Amino acid sequence: MNTELIGVVVMFIAAIVLAIPFGKYIAKVYGGERTGLDPIFNPIEKLFYRTSRIDPRLPMDWKQHMVAMLTINMVWFLLGMLILMTQGSLSLNPDRNPSMSADLAFNTVISFVVNCNLQHYSGETGLSYLGQFWLMFLQFVSAGTGMAAAAVVFRAFREKTSSSLGNFYDFFVKSCTRILLPVSFVIAVILAFDGTPMTFEGKDTIVSLEGNTVEVSRGPAAAFVPIKHVGTNGGGFFGVNSAHPFENPSYLSNMVEMIGQLIIPLAMVFAFGYFIRRKRLSWMIFGVMTVGFLMLAIPNILMEMNGNPAIEKMGIDNTLGAMEGKEVRLGAAASGFWSIVTTVISTGSVNSMHDSSMALSGMNELLAMMINCFYGGVGVGILNFFIFIILAVFVSGLMVGRTPEFLGKKVEAREMKIAMIVALIHPFMILVGAGLATAFPELGASTLNNPGFHGFSEILYEYTSASANNGSGFEGLGDNTLWWNISTGFVLILSRFLPIVGPVAIAGLLAEKRFIPEGEGTLKTDTSTFGLMVFAVIFIVAALAFFPALALGPIAEFFSM
Amino acid sequence: MKKHLIPAAVLTLVMLVFFTVIYPVAVWGIAQFSPNSGKGEIIEHEGRHHYANIGQSFIRDDYFWSRPSAVDYNAGGSGGSNKGPSNEEYLASVQARIDTFLSHNPGMDKSQVPVDLITASGSGLDPHISIQAAEVQVARVARKRNLPEDTVSELVASQAEKPLLGIFGPARINVLKLNLALDELR
Repeated sequence: MNTELIGVVVMFIAAIVLAIPFGKYIAKVYGGERTGLDPIFNPIEKLFYRTSRIDPRLPMDWKQHMVAMLTINMVWFLLGMLILMTQGSLSLNPDRNPSMSADLAFNTVISFVVNCNLQHYSGETGLSYLGQFWLMFLQFVSAGTGMAAAAVVFRAFREKTSSSLGNFYDFFVKSCTRILLPVSFVIAVILAFDGTPMTFEGKDTIVSLEGNTVEVSRGPAAAFVPIKHVGTNGGGFFGVNSAHPFENPSYLSNMVEMIGQLIIPLAMVFAFGYFIRRKRLSWMIFGVMTVGFLMLAIPNILMEMNGNPAIEKMGIDNTLGAMEGKEVRLGAAASGFWSIVTTVISTGSVNSMHDSSMALSGMNELLAMMINCFYGGVGVGILNFFIFIILAVFVSGLMVGRTPEFLGKKVEAREMKIAMIVALIHPFMILVGAGLATAFPELGASTLNNPGFHGFSEILYEYTSASANNGSGFEGLGDNTLWWNISTGFVLILSRFLPIVGPVAIAGLLAEKRFIPEGEGTLKTDTSTFGLMVFAVIFIVAALAFFPALALGPIAEFFSM
Repeated sequence: MKKHLIPAAVLTLVMLVFFTVIYPVAVWGIAQFSPNSGKGEIIEHEGRHHYANIGQSFIRDDYFWSRPSAVDYNAGGSGGSNKGPSNEEYLASVQARIDTFLSHNPGMDKSQVPVDLITASGSGLDPHISIQAAEVQVARVARKRNLPEDTVSELVASQAEKPLLGIFGPARINVLKLNLALDELR
């Protein structure tokens, strides 16, 4: 087998092998059990709570959780606007980069607060180091927010009947300090020794061997890059993200960053099973997610390795694959694999330019974000999947003519309404957004980098990425315009907070209900039959809703080639 | 919401200190022990310094060429072409690159030209080319430098970087290091 494929297989298996024990660790953290890191983090967290006068043991119901969550997110938004719009005159700005315009700051802050990280700027010219650090902070806390929400859902299914579901600040702070930080720190050290810069000096000027004078952007990237992956944020330090030879200097760093972004989304699935003491349920979820993931990833690896047929026709040696927008040190296989990992788990970091992916690879990247729950982002991935479980429970219940139940709780009209709203908001945002931008050429078409079907794909990708809180792009799109900044900004907010509040509300409502012990007629949710049912629901709701749009973009492009 | 506002703001500030001062300073401290103290791997050569990881533009016939770049290897920024695979204008520019390469390398058949030499990288700063991309340039470089082809071939072989641990990822050649070694041959 060739070395590029071996690399990909090993990255994937290593991530799974590491995620299983890490999931157990996460379950312990949320359960308040003792772990080896207590001596380091107990005093730090105590300091946090004492200064801010927060009692992390105060129990909250699901509504109080959501109020606390939304309030602190609002604080981050306001503070972020202030920092990005004044960074030009603040310190840590050796390259004298300017402050952001209001609409660009609006888009940037929102997209980092909601863990998306669409970047309508380029890091080298758009941010001071202070601005970068603020965004690095948001990458920690936005990931912590999603994980805390997932922890509330975990908690709701551990208790038999209860309305108190732990404390938001407790879950949130622990996610940041005990889960995100240690992993980030290890990766940061590896990257620093692998060639990623960690310096506060600004741009360097060099004279190349052929005598050209060029600049070289540097910065404290080694601290920034790990959390962008560990928190499935994806906001790069440099404009081209992990395709940049400083952000991703070697195949080793590529493997480390890949494992770094997969580990927590995978571990959360196992953590759920450990936490509610139903490991079989975890394996059902993991199985469905993995089948879906591989159905997208394997074709992409093969299509990228096969290369561009239009270039093949020119008679050159095309064995390296589709190298436009790809780096030689990473190769086509690892780039194709990454393009699906980053889109299924909402990271949105890229190590190749998705705009130059093969037509159907582009379709798979879009599908990955449209489905948005094959692993999914930290915390929110499992929340999205939870919605599909609820839908599958309901559909199965109708099929056998019984009241639908999940883990001993009756799923009734109110929960179903919430689940449907959450399931439909995603296609609504994407299709309406893309429809509007396409209907007004001066807003959409004038900002495109490619003509024809591919141009439409650029528009569709931008809204899909915004709504999936992903953050990658078909980056040819000239997206720093008033229209793109504002319209995607609103898509980002709605598509972040509704899919968090919805599942937490459902879990909270179910937790308050009477527990019904499992009996003869109970629908077993930890079987492969039910897994197939969930898969079918995902396919119908998520994939088919988007088929017409995909037919106009990548599918049409494929057939025109 | 009002009840949470002040605690949330204060919590944000203390966490800000922890995650944006203590964490990066700790990483920075450790990076001081890395090669070149976290400022990127540098190659000193004849009074100039170069970054080993940042590709440079090489278009002279007596050097091995780098890949095409959408930002002309100016590492003040970074960027790919972002051209779609079916874009006619883009395909025409690829054809033009093939023609340019062949006209500078007479006697070469286009079926020998590897795809990385005629496509732009994602970063626009790709420091590497494939082994084959170096091999197809050996004849031209040797002729321009009046060196035996075997000598240049051996140089290419000695500069080839194997996959990670011999089994992971692609083999490749760092163009800058190759060209620096080429200059040493004189």
